[in-house]
Amino acid sequence: MQTRFSYGGDEHIFAEVAESMSLEAFFKGLFITNAVRDAEIKGVTEICPANASYQVKFDPDQIKPDDLLAELKRLDSASETSAPVIKTRIIEIPVLYNDPWTHETLMRFRERHQDPNGTDLEYAARINGLDGVDSFIKAHSSAPWFVSMVGFVAGLPFLYQMVERQRQIQAPKYLRPRTDTPKLTVGHGGCFSCIYSVRGAGGYQMFGITPMPIYDPNQTISYLRDFMCLFKPGDIVKWKPIDRSAYDAAVADVDAGRFAPVIRDVSFSLTEFNQDIDAYNRKLEGVLHGH
Amino acid sequence: MAIKVLKPGLATTVQDLGRPGYYHIGIPLSGGMDRHALAAANLLVGNAEGAAVLEAVFMGPELEFTDDALVAITGAELPPKLDGEPRETWTSFKVKRGQKLSFDFLKQGARGYIAIAGGIDVPLVLGSRSTYALGGLGGFKGRKLEAGDELPIGNAGAAVKDGRSVAKDLRGLPAAMPTELRVMPGLYWHRITETAGNGFFSGTWKVAPEADRIGYRFRGGKPLEFVPREPPFGAGSDPSNITDACYPYGSIQVPGGTEPIVLHRDAVSGGGYFMVGTVIAADMDLIGQLQPNTPVRFVKVGMDEALAARKSRAELLGKLRGALA
Repeated sequence: MQTRFSYGGDEHIFAEVAESMSLEAFFKGLFITNAVRDAEIKGVTEICPANASYQVKFDPDQIKPDDLLAELKRLDSASETSAPVIKTRIIEIPVLYNDPWTHETLMRFRERHQDPNGTDLEYAARINGLDGVDSFIKAHSSAPWFVSMVGFVAGLPFLYQMVERQRQIQAPKYLRPRTDTPKLTVGHGGCFSCIYSVRGAGGYQMFGITPMPIYDPNQTISYLRDFMCLFKPGDIVKWKPIDRSAYDAAVADVDAGRFAPVIRDVSFSLTEFNQDIDAYNRKLEGVLHGH
Repeated sequence: MAIKVLKPGLATTVQDLGRPGYYHIGIPLSGGMDRHALAAANLLVGNAEGAAVLEAVFMGPELEFTDDALVAITGAELPPKLDGEPRETWTSFKVKRGQKLSFDFLKQGARGYIAIAGGIDVPLVLGSRSTYALGGLGGFKGRKLEAGDELPIGNAGAAVKDGRSVAKDLRGLPAAMPTELRVMPGLYWHRITETAGNGFFSGTWKVAPEADRIGYRFRGGKPLEFVPREPPFGAGSDPSNITDACYPYGSIQVPGGTEPIVLHRDAVSGGGYFMVGTVIAADMDLIGQLQPNTPVRFVKVGMDEALAARKSRAELLGKLRGALA
């Protein structure tokens, strides 16, 4: 992988690790952005890892753009030799697939969709060669996903599915973006799933909704008191399909301050993962459930 | 001391110089769209340059003061009135307890800055008092002002004289039309053809009605033509799609190749559209003062010109500080 560098005006350096998405490209970006943070380079104000790229914002009054570019290039070539192992977390996210709220929204914006006569789930199942919504939900929730970027709006995770490329779910974005998406919608566009952290515009297909808030600017939710955003790049997510009564119970638990998300520390090795993906994912799930 | 919001205007928010450090989790810088005007308003009333002020867009609010205060309005030509009596913009004036501040129709520019000695004293959130409305964060309850809100005002420091004013040449507003915005090509510039690239810089664009703190959309120039390619895995099938990446402030994305959007202080931090380049930092204040339908040309510059423009912008602020010291 040859990183392509570009200036984003006089305050940003943009680095595209690879044009297409892969865990290898994500890991390279994550290692470099960690190295840039550790290097505490004078004048660097923001370090933003993304899916297969990253961005560094800087103050050109404190560091010459060409000097920072040279430093990033040096860190970029040093990263080739790093072992792709990270200490991270695995987080279980309950999902009510095929829920009434995203259903109402997708019907409202049907004329902006590729398939005005079906639902987003039916459409995604068909174009991914799966025989119906239940098979699709199984494909979506049976393997874990990597948080490969956080952003767009506050705390929104982009998630990359941890299966072989030929099994990865892909779906186009809406033909024209919606002006409304329910808060905590589980969406999908390109090869990425996401959780919409706030209500607002969006173009991803809508599959379901989680009862578990992932962003709280007021920091009153128990597990968001330390920081208002739940996710960091490198986190691993496992969806847990739930029914309506479990959803309602979880919402009540969140409101009462007794909802306890399932989050475990875990170490992830890209090399071991690539050797036997399914076996490695089973091991990750074992960590989640304490065995 | 507080001010009561009688009418909120169109979209009046509390802003300071912003909230750096959280863009990597999707929380943008925020802060005044026209930082020079924001600093000027503060300096006129004896505040620190980055104290929290009100940013009003297109239409001013109506405010009632519960105590005597010193006030200044800068930025757009949004003429202030005190109990119906006209006052000057870019000039500090006294307000007596119980008086009402309102505004006449907008004459020029887009965003006015209302500074009050002592500053708007809403709580600091992640180090800033700026409102990020999309995330419901900061400012007054994370949102634009509504009638009935009461804004707390901090204690004013050493009193400064009223009637001080900023000379025209220190106001940093656009001098001519069509407005020129200087752009460094880059990012995904290679995705469009050479003809399309030339067309982008030779055409005249107009500010579209969709122009807010997140981004300014432009219309009327030639649609961009893309260099053919196989879509990379993860990007999506439209030629304007990329594998979702970070967006620099000032970057110009062109969804579908038709209408450029320049991201501003409340930018979405990333997404799946390619970008042709970035408006230089020195011209970002200017964008915040553009009204819909304003004709704009994008002018191609390199890093050296961007840094020279940055330096001259900093010198302008230096002179402003000197004049109001």
